[in-house]
Amino acid sequence: MTDSNAIGRIPTGIDGFDHIALGGLPAGRSTLVSGTTGSGKTLFAVEFLSRGITRYNEPGVFVTFEETATDIRRNSASLGFPIQLWEDEGKWAFVEASGSISEDTPAVGAYDFGALVARIEHAVRQTGACRVALDSLNAISTRFTDIAVVRRELFRVASALKALGVTSVLTAERPEEYDGVTRYGVEPFVLDNVIILRNVLRQGRRTRTVEIVKFRGAPHRTGEWLFTIDPRGGIVVVPLAFLTPSDHASLARVSSGIPELDEMCGGGFYRDAIVLMTGPPGTGKTLASLRFTAAGVEAGERCLLCTFDGTPGQLFRSAAGWGLDLKAMRASGLLRVMSGYAEVMSPEDHFLRLRHAIEEFAPGRLVVDTLSALERVAAPRTLLDFVIALGAVLRQNEITTLLTGTPAGRVSSANAPLITSDIAGLSDVWIQLRYVESPAEIRRAIAVLQARGSAHDHSIRALTIDGSGMHIGEPLSGVPHVSTGPVDPEIARGASESEETEGPAR
Amino acid sequence: MLETGPDVTIYSFRLYVAGNTERSQTAEVNLRFLCEAHLSGMYEVEVIDAVERPELAEEGRILATPTVVRLTPPPQRRVIGDLSDHGRAAIALGLPAADASPSEGQ
Repeated sequence: MTDSNAIGRIPTGIDGFDHIALGGLPAGRSTLVSGTTGSGKTLFAVEFLSRGITRYNEPGVFVTFEETATDIRRNSASLGFPIQLWEDEGKWAFVEASGSISEDTPAVGAYDFGALVARIEHAVRQTGACRVALDSLNAISTRFTDIAVVRRELFRVASALKALGVTSVLTAERPEEYDGVTRYGVEPFVLDNVIILRNVLRQGRRTRTVEIVKFRGAPHRTGEWLFTIDPRGGIVVVPLAFLTPSDHASLARVSSGIPELDEMCGGGFYRDAIVLMTGPPGTGKTLASLRFTAAGVEAGERCLLCTFDGTPGQLFRSAAGWGLDLKAMRASGLLRVMSGYAEVMSPEDHFLRLRHAIEEFAPGRLVVDTLSALERVAAPRTLLDFVIALGAVLRQNEITTLLTGTPAGRVSSANAPLITSDIAGLSDVWIQLRYVESPAEIRRAIAVLQARGSAHDHSIRALTIDGSGMHIGEPLSGVPHVSTGPVDPEIARGASESEETEGPAR
Repeated sequence: MLETGPDVTIYSFRLYVAGNTERSQTAEVNLRFLCEAHLSGMYEVEVIDAVERPELAEEGRILATPTVVRLTPPPQRRVIGDLSDHGRAAIALGLPAADASPSEGQ
């Protein structure tokens, strides 16, 4: 590895992380991973090596200063990392430096970490390791109290790793969130690349984030990115604010389940479309979701119906009221219903659960009714992240998706409508349901505000709901005033914004 | 090997160093000096170079070098550093008082 401006990357293989790192960790260099207790540092280090072995066939050396090798083997086994097996195969080696020197080992005169360096070099040569993890530097800092020596010797270790040409992860503990990088403020000066893992309480919920503070000479994404720890698969960084650009867009159309709505959208939704349907309570969002689901099942597609409010029983009952037999659909194997209150877990875990279901069930259609329920547990920004992350999964799998939402949210905060327009910007089709006032009555109306790649109907049409379902009628041209709720100006603004951002958002 | 009577304690030391450096040499010179002064020749010193024998450093769980391990008599003692402070080094290694300075040591 030379010091030219082209720094190679080593993909960590950690789910989602390589996206924000723009390819991975700088190759042949050391990266400091710093965080408070319980922030996931050791897991990051273990996964970096494990993924190296399973995905890239790159052996690794794990230098442990804190936990014993036995503990690490045991804790990793539950995540599906058979370290013992890899050790037997010569792909993984421990350099066990934990508790090797009791706390009261006296120091008399000058010393260095020559033996440690020699042991690491030996293990790297024996396994042919490309990756090295050191966990954690603090154990050294507490054992060897002379800060100047520790700093000098960490530099020696980092230089030795560089000379070996390995890519390494060094973990360090920081005392508090948002206060310096590590305990002694020593390590960042030694290392060119710094990542911070955080585990903080936000709005009453534990939130894990990862931030790349610096990669010297190498670009990366900035800011804090949500991640969660999947007990079955380790760290999952929720890939925010970017979508995998799709090389091809589907030209096939599928039915919304409402013939008139298909017509308004230019002949149905594209198969890979993400459809956002917004409207105040009682305008027919759930009914539309059920029609959309039923149309999928009729076409022989697997449908995943996800509701964050109430129980399946309530949903089945209201479906039966519209003449839709969800139980029969479920019995056919084409329908899976996920339900549960939004409050039971964090948005990241909801995302993870949904993604598992998508991978397992491989649906052709997905319904989320309603996103607004998640607002109760998520900050507006987090909700947006949820949709973005979900969108990446959906587009990759060409799943026709209907998301519903209440535009003003439950809390009429000022930024809720802005989020609606942001989510609309990420969607392909935006359908708005609303109430319309006429002198004698309040009627329901439907409008397609946006339908990418389609000539769509721009009119606002009457919407009626009766025992036989949802019916869309004539344009409401005679109505002088469209009900102007507090959201309307924002929606108008959102619509124009989403057109401008169409390019980068895709 | 040393010829010893049944009631004579042999001090056995293992000195871990990393490479043939000035610091390694200083440590060995200091250790042997201390042994001569305090143990009147009743000692063994084994020097292990971690660069040449990393597996032995691994086995001994050695991080810092130089490290001296007193193997016998028990209990085992460890001291890191080049032992340049003879007084502190003798105490840390649990050496008996030197002939020249009876007040020093245990």
